[in-house]
Formats: sequence, structure tokens, C-alpha cells
Amino acid sequence: MTSTHTTSGASGGARALRAKHRRSALRTAAFLSPWLIGFAVFFAYPLLSTVYFSFTKYDGFRPPVFNGLDNWSYVFTDYPLFWPAMRNTLWLVVVMVSCRVVFGLGVGLLITKIKTGAGIFRTLFYLPYLAPPVAATLAFVFLLNPGTGPVNVILDAVGLPTPGWFTDAGWSKPALTALAVWGVGDLMVIFMAALLDVPREQYEAAELDGAGAWARFRHITLPNISPIILFAVVTGVIQAMQYYTQPLVAGKVASGVIGGSGQQFEPGYPDKSTLTLPQVVYNVGFQRFDYGAACVVALVLFALSMAFTALLMRRRGGLIGAGE
Amino acid sequence: MSTHRRKAALHWIGVHSLGVAAALFFVLPFVFLFLTSLMGDRQALTRDLWPHTWEWGNYAKVWHTPGFLTWWRNTLLYAGLGTLLTVVSSLPVAYALAKFRFRGRRLSLLLVIAMMMLPPQVVVIPMYLFWAKQLDLSGTLWPLIIPMAFGDAFSIFLLRQFLLTIPDEYLDAARVDGCGEVRTLLRVVLPMAKPGLAAVALFQFFAAWNDYFGPQIYASDNPAAWTLSYGLESFKGAHHTNWNLTMAATVLVMAPVIVLFFFAQKAFVEGVTLTGVKG
Repeated sequence: MTSTHTTSGASGGARALRAKHRRSALRTAAFLSPWLIGFAVFFAYPLLSTVYFSFTKYDGFRPPVFNGLDNWSYVFTDYPLFWPAMRNTLWLVVVMVSCRVVFGLGVGLLITKIKTGAGIFRTLFYLPYLAPPVAATLAFVFLLNPGTGPVNVILDAVGLPTPGWFTDAGWSKPALTALAVWGVGDLMVIFMAALLDVPREQYEAAELDGAGAWARFRHITLPNISPIILFAVVTGVIQAMQYYTQPLVAGKVASGVIGGSGQQFEPGYPDKSTLTLPQVVYNVGFQRFDYGAACVVALVLFALSMAFTALLMRRRGGLIGAGE
Repeated sequence: MSTHRRKAALHWIGVHSLGVAAALFFVLPFVFLFLTSLMGDRQALTRDLWPHTWEWGNYAKVWHTPGFLTWWRNTLLYAGLGTLLTVVSSLPVAYALAKFRFRGRRLSLLLVIAMMMLPPQVVVIPMYLFWAKQLDLSGTLWPLIIPMAFGDAFSIFLLRQFLLTIPDEYLDAARVDGCGEVRTLLRVVLPMAKPGLAAVALFQFFAAWNDYFGPQIYASDNPAAWTLSYGLESFKGAHHTNWNLTMAATVLVMAPVIVLFFFAQKAFVEGVTLTGVKG
């Protein structure tokens, strides 16, 4: 087009600017493209499908048939595994998360006070976090084996009661909590970094004022690290809602099921006490082939996860930071 | 000794005793599982804590169990290739999110975080139907590996956090010298981002190494495609009276993770810190 050559300087400048913007938008899109495709194919499309399937009767073989709210009412009123899983989740959210946060903070504090061999202690405290979940769970089922496991042998030797752990519905969740607390190394590192960031001068000033150790912790340490505590609690809650491998493997192994393909076993052994929502999705979908109802449970899980993620995204103590 | 020094000494003793107590809690499970892995078949069923005879041959037995080597190969393929694809595809995305100014940047970041928090079970049914029924790839690990070529939300987030710490001046200098964005990324950012990339690679490697749900969904009906994490539990089933062999297998699955950690401790701890503290 000839007009490009004849335009005035000002509009040529605007045109050049627009072209520059277009170039930079294209460049941004190019850099983002792996994720844009990934987001569409592995997040947006399957999420919409999940919503759609939740209103259909669908077994994966015959085409889905719209059935309104049937799946929803089935899951909430008739499906026997849903509410036990919700109750277990609530238990894990309250007890497991608070144990992990309190213990993680305690170990984080301890490691900042250790003067001799700090590196060795830190490594030892951190190692269990690295243990693959299946391996760690197997190890704990063995350690907490009611008859011959080392933990009960020791408890017995010192005259303490010896619980049934993973084989007793009243003790299986505390056993899972022990496993989760053992792997607290990630929180220890995060708390340690936060504790080292608390300004020294505040402690020195408080000491001059005669504040004791507890007062210093209560009035200086806690307020300074409260965003990190919030972070630990919220990510812990999200993890607890998604808890899958450990309770599943613990239940299967403790019930003596021969593992492998297509094994039917009592989900949540013993007595549904280790059942979590993701296990319910698997059970309904891939063992009962009721994809519609499984999608309902998946959406409940999604709603809960996103509600807590929204908490994480708040500016203060959030994941994005104040600079945004 | 002055009271001050006595107090300091008591404090030292108190802190270090607590430290030893905590260390016992963290280390004893490893010790017991290692000791049991060296017991004879019969002793492993008793209440004994210390092996009568040291059966190092247990490890050879586990190693030669049919399938065990296949699980290793599959795990290395899934973890290795998955990690490579994740790093290559996530870096440009993280770079754009950290250093480009564009409309929708904040929204993109929020969506990355939402994706990061999404439990895999939420989308598993459509994804399974897609991979298994439309592409006929069930019984393989490809449904787990291929998506890694399209950026991983956690890796993008972690890398972005890391790239934020690189001052813009370096990038501006490169641009003034006439570098395009691709060259700036490869020549300037990439060398400076090595610790961040190492952390992401490690996390991704371990996520694949530890993954149970993915192989359960796609590979459970084909034992030739099982990974260590998935196979390990069935090992317990096949040898359900042999805690010694099961514990030896458990040690073998844990060992690479722990060895890798000792070589890359710094990158690992830095990665954990980045997720939580430096917002």
C-alpha cells in the first residue's frame, strides 16, 4: 500500500507504535505458548468436561446421557463412601495440619538455636521429607505393625499400651498423622528461613526491656512469621484435602491385599477410616465405572481446593507478593 | 564459672538434647527398616529388632525379582524425560511472566497458581477418556510424559519466583547490545537461572519418581509399564510374609532420592524456600 509512504510523521509514529505493540504481543504469546496450550488442553477442557459429565449418566462405553441432578443427589445422599471421606478430610485438616505446623515450627526454631553440628541436624531432620510416599508408607505400616513392629515392641518394653495403628479404625488416622509429621522437613526449611529473617534488633530491644523467652516469641517471633504460618496452614489444608497415596497404600497394605491391577479391596480399611475424597473419585470412576458420579465428587474436591487457594492468593501472606 | 557462662552452657545442653531427641524421631524409622532389610526370612516375622545374621543377599534377591528392573527403567524414563520436557517448556513461560509487561499478566499468574493447586483427580476422568479411548495410550506412561512438554504449573511458578530475583539491568544491557528476547533468555538469563532450574528439575524428577496416582490410572493393567512407586506396593503383596525383602525393596527405592539429595542439597533447600518465603 502506498499510503504507508505518504502518511504524516505523527500518524506514521502511531502506526509504528502499534506495530511495535503487535510485535511485543506476539512475542509474549510465543513465550507463553507451551503453557497456553497446556492450560487449554489439560485444565480448561477437562474441567468443563467434568462439569458436563457430572450431569450425565456415563460409564465410558455407552455415550453420556443427560440425567440432571441425579448424580449429585446420589453422591450426597446415597453413596456410602462420600460422607465418611468428608469426615476424614475434616479430621485430617484439623489434626494433621495443626500437628505438622506446630511440629514444623518447633523443629525450625530448634534448628536456629543449634550451634554445634547444625548442618548434620538439619540434614537428618530433612531426609524423611524426601522419602517417596509409597516407600515411607510401607515403612510405617511395618514400623507400626501391631504384633511385631518395632514401635509396639518398644512401647511394650516400657510398659505403654500398644495400639493397633493402621489396623484399628480409631488409630489409623493418628498413624497417618505420625507419618505426615515425620516428613515435616519442608515446613522446617520454610520456617527456618522466615525465622532467620526476623530483625535481630527487635530481639535485642525486647531483651533490654527485660522480656523473657516466651514474651519474645509471643510478641516478636510470631507476628513476624505470621504470613508464613498462614502459608503453611493453607497449603497444608490443600494437601490434606488431596491426600491420596499414603492413606490408600496404608489401607491396602495393612489389610493384606495382594497389590496389582484390578484388585478389589475394601476402600479406606479399616472401616473407611483412611478414606479420602480423591480415593472416592477413583473408586466411583475407575472401579464402579460411574463416571458421572465420580465427576460430582471431583467437582466437590475442586470447589474446596479453589476456596483455599483463593485464601493463598491474597496479597498479605499470599503467593504472589506485594510487588504485584 | 560466671552465672552467665553457666546459663549459656545449660542452654547449649538443653538445645542439643532436644536436637538429639528430634534426630532420633527422624532417623530411627530409617534404621529399623534398614536393619529389617538385612534379617533372614524367619527372623523378619519375629519381634527382634537386631539381625542375627546379616543377609546382604536380600538385596540381590530383590534386584532379581522379575519386573524390578523394568520398573527402574520405566521410572527413569518417566522421571528423566518428564523432567527434561518440563524444564524446556516451563522456562520461557516463567521468563515472560517474570520479565515481560503485558495485559493479563496478573491473570495469567493467578491461573498458573490455580492450575498448580488443582488436584489431579478433578480432571482425571476426561483426561483418562482422552488418552485411553481417543489416543489408545493406556498401558503406557506416555499420558504422563507428553503433558510435560506443555509447561508444568508448579515449575513455572517456582522459576518465575527465581527469575524475579535477577535484576532487570542485566536484561536491558543485553537488549541494548541488540540481543533479541530469545538470545537474552539463552545467553543472559539461562546461565544466571541455573540454581532455579536445578531446583525445578529436582522437584520434577522426584514428583515423577514418587507419583503413584498417574501410573495407577494409566499403567495399572500393564505390569510392563509399572514404575517403582506403583510396583513397590504390589511387591509387598507378592511377598506378604517377607518383611525383610519388602524393606530391602523400600530401601532400594529410597536410596536414589537420598543420594541425589546429597549431591544437590543446596538447590533443593533453595527451592523449598522459594515456594514459601520469597513471595
